[in-house]
Amino acid sequence: MVQIFIPAPLRRLTAGQAQVAVVATTLREAIEALEQQCPGIRGELCENDGLAPTLQVAVDNRMTRRMSTPLKADSEIHFLPAIGGG
Amino acid sequence: MSTEVPSRSTPDASDLSPSSAAETKKYKVIGTRPIRHDGADKVTGKARYTSDVLLPNMAYGALVRSPYAHARIVSIDTSEAEAMPGVLATMTSADLPDPWDKVENLGEGCINYAHLSGNVLARGKALYKGHAVAAVCATNAHLAEEAAAKIKVEYEPLPAVTWVLDAMKEDAPLLHDNLVTQALGEESARPSNIGAHIHFEQGDLEAGWAAADVIVEREFKTSSIHQGYIEPHVSIAMWNEDGRLKIWTGTQGSFVVRQQMAELLKIPVSQVLVIPCEIGGGFGGKIAVYEQPVAAVLSRKCGRPVKIAMRRDEVFEATGPTPGSYMRVKLGATKDGKLTAGEAWLAYDAGAFPGGVIGPGCMCVFSCYDIPNAVVDGYDVVANKPKVQAYRAPGSTHAAFACESVIDELALELKIDPLDFRLKNAVQEGSRRVDGPVYPRIGLIETLEAVRDSQHWNSPLEGPNRGRGIACGFWFNAGLQSSVTAAVNPDGTVSMSEGSTDIGGTRASIAMQLAETLGIAATDVQPQVVDTDSIGYTDVTGGSRVTFATGLAAYQAGLDIQKQMVRRAAELWECDVDQVTVEDGVYRYGDAALSFKELAVKLNNAGDPIVGRASVSPQVSTNAFGAHIVDVEVDPETGKVTILRYTAVQDAGKAIHPSYVEGQMQGGAAQGIGWALNEEYFYDDEGVMRNASFLDYRIPTAFDLPMIETIIVEVPNPDHPYGVRGVGEVPIVPPPAALAIAIHRATGCRMHELPMSPPHVWRAMQDR
Repeated sequence: MVQIFIPAPLRRLTAGQAQVAVVATTLREAIEALEQQCPGIRGELCENDGLAPTLQVAVDNRMTRRMSTPLKADSEIHFLPAIGGG
Repeated sequence: MSTEVPSRSTPDASDLSPSSAAETKKYKVIGTRPIRHDGADKVTGKARYTSDVLLPNMAYGALVRSPYAHARIVSIDTSEAEAMPGVLATMTSADLPDPWDKVENLGEGCINYAHLSGNVLARGKALYKGHAVAAVCATNAHLAEEAAAKIKVEYEPLPAVTWVLDAMKEDAPLLHDNLVTQALGEESARPSNIGAHIHFEQGDLEAGWAAADVIVEREFKTSSIHQGYIEPHVSIAMWNEDGRLKIWTGTQGSFVVRQQMAELLKIPVSQVLVIPCEIGGGFGGKIAVYEQPVAAVLSRKCGRPVKIAMRRDEVFEATGPTPGSYMRVKLGATKDGKLTAGEAWLAYDAGAFPGGVIGPGCMCVFSCYDIPNAVVDGYDVVANKPKVQAYRAPGSTHAAFACESVIDELALELKIDPLDFRLKNAVQEGSRRVDGPVYPRIGLIETLEAVRDSQHWNSPLEGPNRGRGIACGFWFNAGLQSSVTAAVNPDGTVSMSEGSTDIGGTRASIAMQLAETLGIAATDVQPQVVDTDSIGYTDVTGGSRVTFATGLAAYQAGLDIQKQMVRRAAELWECDVDQVTVEDGVYRYGDAALSFKELAVKLNNAGDPIVGRASVSPQVSTNAFGAHIVDVEVDPETGKVTILRYTAVQDAGKAIHPSYVEGQMQGGAAQGIGWALNEEYFYDDEGVMRNASFLDYRIPTAFDLPMIETIIVEVPNPDHPYGVRGVGEVPIVPPPAALAIAIHRATGCRMHELPMSPPHVWRAMQDR
């Protein structure tokens, strides 16, 4: 199962769960599956058809903003603040 | 010196995995130190900076800035200025389109266009001393300055707040009536100056404290400081009658300037051309636009190109800086030296608009250590100061000052050598960060081992009032988007175009990766940074990403060329494509062999021109670490800290051009030393910066610094075919902590506030 790590402020939408397991083959599918289990959470993570601009995602520890990012059966997903650099 | 951990050969096109790459071949170009391609222009004064650009019939702009840190703008009267002979146009925020409350990720963090527009020219309220309120352009710069003084602005001064903790108080003056605290969808019930709350946690913090034998908790404060680039902000805008807007500017991201201009002026992005000029330093401070939209509107109004050049005081008061901060860090460890728990509470000011650098601060604070149980809380707080911008590893230096100082104190409490303590707890492949992701192959342990084995670390330090410190630092590497095109010339050289503006020698480091891929000399590649109409989209030069990501694009463009050359060689030799082999830039078929240059000459005018291209957006997990050693002597009479010796050690993955890696390490260390020992914004009670010049804002000079020694560690980055890790930002992170620890060893005083300038150190010595 794909493991989605839930940021602490969003655990109000996951009944306190820090991790939610879903079956998905892409990041988009994973977020949709998460929304099925935890209604309302997609709106906090996404904007329009993509990731919210204030966020970035680590899929298996690699940063991405592509919703089509492929997942392995046991992938890990983390949502992190978007950051800049100098 | 360089500590080499296995070097790598040129891999195949499909191979980005170190495990499958050939490991035995030595590079021919990578790792050498050729003269930089833009060197002659730079050292002979021929390089073209924006100030050097003169256009026919050019006008000059000047800005009117608020004398108050916080004030309501009652009225603006431009009539007297407009009546002056030679004055061509004036403007206020009313001349900018109504901003939309749109947040966009421009690759390096987010921009809220309503905030950006309000920062370019104040709307309703001036939020910091120096906030631009109106502008004027005239036939020469002096006249523009005189006209600016004739623009009458009536203000209603308001209470101001500049210190982050004061701004967080319930009764603090509010900068924005509608700002509420965001915490991933949760919003506070009523407005405050706190724009965001970030929270990370892992493990069981209470169990972590219970397992600890020793716990240390300390508070830290830092002042706002500026990036201190030598070239002030300068831009020229020419808005043609056909609707096309051209911008000449020194920027870290020409495409990001294009995007911001299109959004702020509400024109199609295709109507904006950005021509990047050479840049005299940026360090994160030249990503957001300031004067460019003003010059554009003035140009449209007067029908001429308009140049705006900031004075140094404007640069200090209205651009940059990095935040002032308050931090509380608590760590616990067992008697045998294993960290069990960590807690950090960080508040960074964001300047006048929300969206500072608290996010990376929270992500970095415990990034060097494997702490099984940890909680991090961070607050983004607006204050009556210029809008915070990135500065070299934004947020990480503050956090490292706090965390590394507590690490050192904890080690001493445990009677464990601080270097051994760090080695015992250092993150490595498989360690989980407090924000969640797991590290891939990283080189912190190798870096610390290089410290342990260094001549500096093993040298004696004798004499009174002297001490040695060490500290670690971490920063990410961004991937983002990069494009490169490369055309093979008839003489076998290659003209390479890229969109990454060159702020640190990246023309050379990118050209060298193309040369290595093609098997030609670095001098046979001519790199140029081109405008936004001449190359595919390329994100900012920042996030330590250019040598990594644009270098990856150059590598792939090289493979594209190589593929075309093989096809053309097969045509030449009248054989099948798969009968042509390539090794070290030599193309072979049977007994026939031609070098890249020889083949290029033969192929000239014999078929399609050969042009390689690549655009990339690598998904990265790359991370880089450094550790610095410093010896100091503290004058007991004055508190002045003299640096006796300084060594920066850093994992570069693979140093493409070691001189430029060393230069980045030295430059970052120098800036970190300035941050540690002298630099600060002095605000008076009215929120006015009292040291807005290089005379009073003291950055280090050559008289303040010894030769900064460097040790490059090379643990290849698994995300890059040549193993590159970004190197530009890490070296600013360790210096304040390393110096604080060295001062402790010299004086017995723990320093918890930056800068550790003579008055602060002297006071600490009096209080001990």
